[in-house]
Amino acid sequence: MSKGEIVAGCLAPHPPHLVYAENPPQNEPIAEGGWEQLRWGYERLRESLADVEYDAIVLLSPHWQTYIGTHFLGLPNFKNLSVDPVFPNLFRYHYDLDIDVELAQQIHDRAADAGLAVTMMKNPDFRVDYGAITTGHMFNPSWDKPLVVISSNRSRDYYSVEVMQEMMIELGRVTREAILASGKKVVVIASNSLSHRHFTTESAIPEDMSKEHITSHAMHLWDMRMIEYFRTGQAQRILDEMPEFTEQAIAESDGGGLSWLLSTLDIPTYPGILHGYGTIIGTGNAIVEWPARNHKEASE
Amino acid sequence: MSDGELIGSYIVPVHPHTVLAPEQNEGWGRLRAAYDAAAQRIKESEADLLIIYSTTWPSIIGHQIIADPNPEWVMVDHDFHELGSIPYSFNIDEKFAHAWNEANEKRGLKSRTVAYHGFPIDVGSVVALKLLNPDNAIPAVIVSSNVYANRAETTVLAKACMDVVKATGRKAIAITAMSLSNRMFTKPIEPKDDRIHSLKDDEWNRKILELLGEGRLEDVGQLSRTIHRQIRVNKVVAFKPMWWLSGMNSNRNNLTGEVLAYEALHGAGGAVVHLDPTPSGTGDIEYDEDDVEYFAGERNVLDGDQFETQDIESLKVEVPLGKPQKNGPALWEPTESKDSVNSEAAPKPVGAYPHARRVGDLLYLSGVGPRQPGTNAIPGGPIHDGDGKPLNYDIKAQTQAVVDNITRILEEAGGTINDVLDVTSFLVDMDRDFQGYNEVWAETLGQVGPTRTTLAIRALPTPIAVEMKVIAKAPKTE
Ligand SMILES: [Fe+2]
Repeated sequence: MSKGEIVAGCLAPHPPHLVYAENPPQNEPIAEGGWEQLRWGYERLRESLADVEYDAIVLLSPHWQTYIGTHFLGLPNFKNLSVDPVFPNLFRYHYDLDIDVELAQQIHDRAADAGLAVTMMKNPDFRVDYGAITTGHMFNPSWDKPLVVISSNRSRDYYSVEVMQEMMIELGRVTREAILASGKKVVVIASNSLSHRHFTTESAIPEDMSKEHITSHAMHLWDMRMIEYFRTGQAQRILDEMPEFTEQAIAESDGGGLSWLLSTLDIPTYPGILHGYGTIIGTGNAIVEWPARNHKEASE
Repeated sequence: MSDGELIGSYIVPVHPHTVLAPEQNEGWGRLRAAYDAAAQRIKESEADLLIIYSTTWPSIIGHQIIADPNPEWVMVDHDFHELGSIPYSFNIDEKFAHAWNEANEKRGLKSRTVAYHGFPIDVGSVVALKLLNPDNAIPAVIVSSNVYANRAETTVLAKACMDVVKATGRKAIAITAMSLSNRMFTKPIEPKDDRIHSLKDDEWNRKILELLGEGRLEDVGQLSRTIHRQIRVNKVVAFKPMWWLSGMNSNRNNLTGEVLAYEALHGAGGAVVHLDPTPSGTGDIEYDEDDVEYFAGERNVLDGDQFETQDIESLKVEVPLGKPQKNGPALWEPTESKDSVNSEAAPKPVGAYPHARRVGDLLYLSGVGPRQPGTNAIPGGPIHDGDGKPLNYDIKAQTQAVVDNITRILEEAGGTINDVLDVTSFLVDMDRDFQGYNEVWAETLGQVGPTRTTLAIRALPTPIAVEMKVIAKAPKTE
């Protein structure tokens, strides 16, 4: 069997506003557009990978929040209606997604061997969280690739950012090993925003872009600092500053996705491609791709 | 229709074990038995509405209230999916949900109703309604827990809810779906091995339950932040439910409490507690924190003028908002003449006169009432509506507002409240109001020490209950 490969790693945020603004047939509400900067960013990300062959998408979503270790979707298909409990006015999406159970099980088993608490989720009534669906849709609207969906272990809540990060770096390492051993070509995706302080009001027309901006200057500075590290291949600095960033920017990296992602990419020293940045109800969101397929020598 | 009221409160655990696996662990079984006992009590009461505040439904844009009359779906817990699925079909009081939403907005809260097919009712609400209301006999409402809400906002949420309970004559039961300590084991465990995660968590839980057993709900509410720091993992929602429940119970500390069960659920503290409004005689109220009537906090990120503070009277449900100008005479600009002292910070006159006039070393103030400068609102509420129908009002709030207005006028003249020499007070209802007026006096002008004369009169020109005529020392002029 040929050696598996991570062809790209992506930071791909999931506010449901993006799907809402796209008006896909699966989503019930109708929008007049909005958040174009980010949607164009997703478009560039899709273009960037259009000619790249891969077999599966491995995605960590912060809205499947588990307190008892890390869970993996463990059935071949999930089909249901996902209604966002926070923005039900924007997101009521009929999904039908396939899971690469084999790969999920392989990552699960390696994680278990490494001493992490892991569970395969095999309840067919389970509703997939809107974060995974939003990122899944924006990344691949045709849904023609199977996914591995990994829950967000809230170890940061139980312990600290440092402990969370240790666990997520370990999970990233075994995810990488499992992918390389699987013989599959895979895109890995962390689905999270950067700074994460929301507005607590919503304008009458949610997509009214005259109301959209970052909640505060401090949040902007943190986002730009992180983006600078993304663009200059300084993944280690991101990990080093993760505790400060997560706390001061109330960042959604608290769910562990970003730390896990950088670990699956072996802490990249090559630049990430910034495909887009924009705010959504005040939170900062960047779409970034690490084109690992072009830097194989860097990690072998 | 008789006045509505809260006839009971329950605190219940959120995890699905009590529904799906009560037989797997004796403690889970005891929690289930307590749930069933609570359901029986509710059934035997005259309750006609269940109100659930759920800590497992976080919201960001204010509070959300379920308004789908019949939400139906299948709930699977994010962690405990191996225990199985819980299909649900609930009976929601849609009208009450909308009225509560409106009452929230009247009290300055951001709020919205939610009525979408397939909306995921949270695990805490599903478990609580399944077990407390098994045959859907009593309609329910469910409210979210806002992740950014502080105590003021959460308290006002309860008051708005009680506005509607009272106005619609309900016999309501308030329910908080919550854990006490919420630290769970971070690895799967065998059911038989379940216990409270740590001794410290267990000790705190027992202390909370001791207070609740004594009916001291407001004490627990005021300990919320401490409890959160001590035994709560920083999940999305902080330990807020006791603020809401205490607000629903008029911040009382002398309820009759009974702990029906306390057990571990995968390490977290789960309890079923019944709080009856019958005064227990224990626990005098020691009220430290502000009692908030409307929310005026930082929620205006988008528009500066979205949530204006409203006068208290307008908060009452089903009372039309009388235009203040209609209720009383027209307002005038204060007259300007030599020696007159007028203040933008004092309410506008109701005739052609200044706020104050200086004569030699003395400052004579025109009669000062409680109306608020700018809005013309009357703190404590007007004494009658635009049609002359009497209204309930708060004499202490009115008196305090008079003193505040006097202070502003004197400060505008360059002096202070300490310059007041002589006061003539006018009350429209001496029997009803003298005591309250006198209490506020003692705390304010009584400390300054002017001479005082208090008169009963038939009426004042605006719908107020108290006015003061003041002579003060004039500040030194250069
Ligand atoms: Fe999110």
